[in-house]
Amino acid sequence: MSTTDIAQSGDTSHDGGHGDEGHEHPSDAKYIQIAAILGVLTALEVSTYFVNIGPALIPTLMVMMGVKFFLVAAWFMHLRFDSSLFTKFFVGGLVLATGVYMIALTAFEFWTKG
Amino acid sequence: MADVMTTEAPAAAHQSEGAGTGISNNKLLMWVFLGSECLLFGGLISTYLIYRSRFHTGPAPGDIFDIPFTSVSSFVLLMSSLTMVLALSALNRGDIRNNRLWLLTTALLGSLFIGGQVYEFTTFVREGLGYTTSPFSSAFFTLTGFHGIHVSVGIVMLMSLFISSLRGSLRQEHSETVEIVGLYWHFVDIVWIFIFTVIYLVPSPTS
Repeated sequence: MSTTDIAQSGDTSHDGGHGDEGHEHPSDAKYIQIAAILGVLTALEVSTYFVNIGPALIPTLMVMMGVKFFLVAAWFMHLRFDSSLFTKFFVGGLVLATGVYMIALTAFEFWTKG
Repeated sequence: MADVMTTEAPAAAHQSEGAGTGISNNKLLMWVFLGSECLLFGGLISTYLIYRSRFHTGPAPGDIFDIPFTSVSSFVLLMSSLTMVLALSALNRGDIRNNRLWLLTTALLGSLFIGGQVYEFTTFVREGLGYTTSPFSSAFFTLTGFHGIHVSVGIVMLMSLFISSLRGSLRQEHSETVEIVGLYWHFVDIVWIFIFTVIYLVPSPTS
């Protein structure tokens, strides 16, 4: 485990943060705050169905999806506070999947022919 | 083996800690499983993207999707992640009553989402989009159906926890069990965040 990992896993300076064990989770108010942000982001996503924003549509949707993904993983799944080893396993699977299927989509000419 | 299966022991939360790492083996196993699930859903989503334009024998995705309806069910699933994390928070405080309440609420919100999916599938079939109608329909039903099965498995796990709590066998020292079920539930939510954007909101081909 690198010094960065130790610093991350042992960092208790976050809101309700903790190390690997005996950890404390964020307060209920913080969870509700995160859920409210997720709700607003979902509403903004859905609004793009009714409001034409032209070529900015797909990048905007991808950014909002990425933020929602990050918020759930970091706060609700506690990756922000838990051992960095969990993050590595999850992100490892995610990166592997993204790489493999980007290659597959390229092989099927998805980017050029849709 | 019976000793290993027992969940009643007060020290159960500590039994799964890996030697030397200070990390729970059970939790690590769930994260490895979730990492592998990324590959499963990545494959299903990629297959859908490749086949979404092949609908010549049936309705096109852009003609059949009901975005307002799916938006509501997406919001329901998103909020179930909040109730799940509140269930864990309550158990960590030793608040068994609220733990039961939030577990049951999460299961109900999950059931509502599944009900919406059943309604959506039924509507699609009525409009001429069956499982074997076109490559698009097969890929769509397989992807969303697999996700629905995952949500259903999550509901079974939540109800198991709820029943355990009613029987008095889910106590504060078992919070790791609730946390692990919660990880699975949040992952199912994360997958839907991706599916909702990529499959429903990114403009789909029309006929």
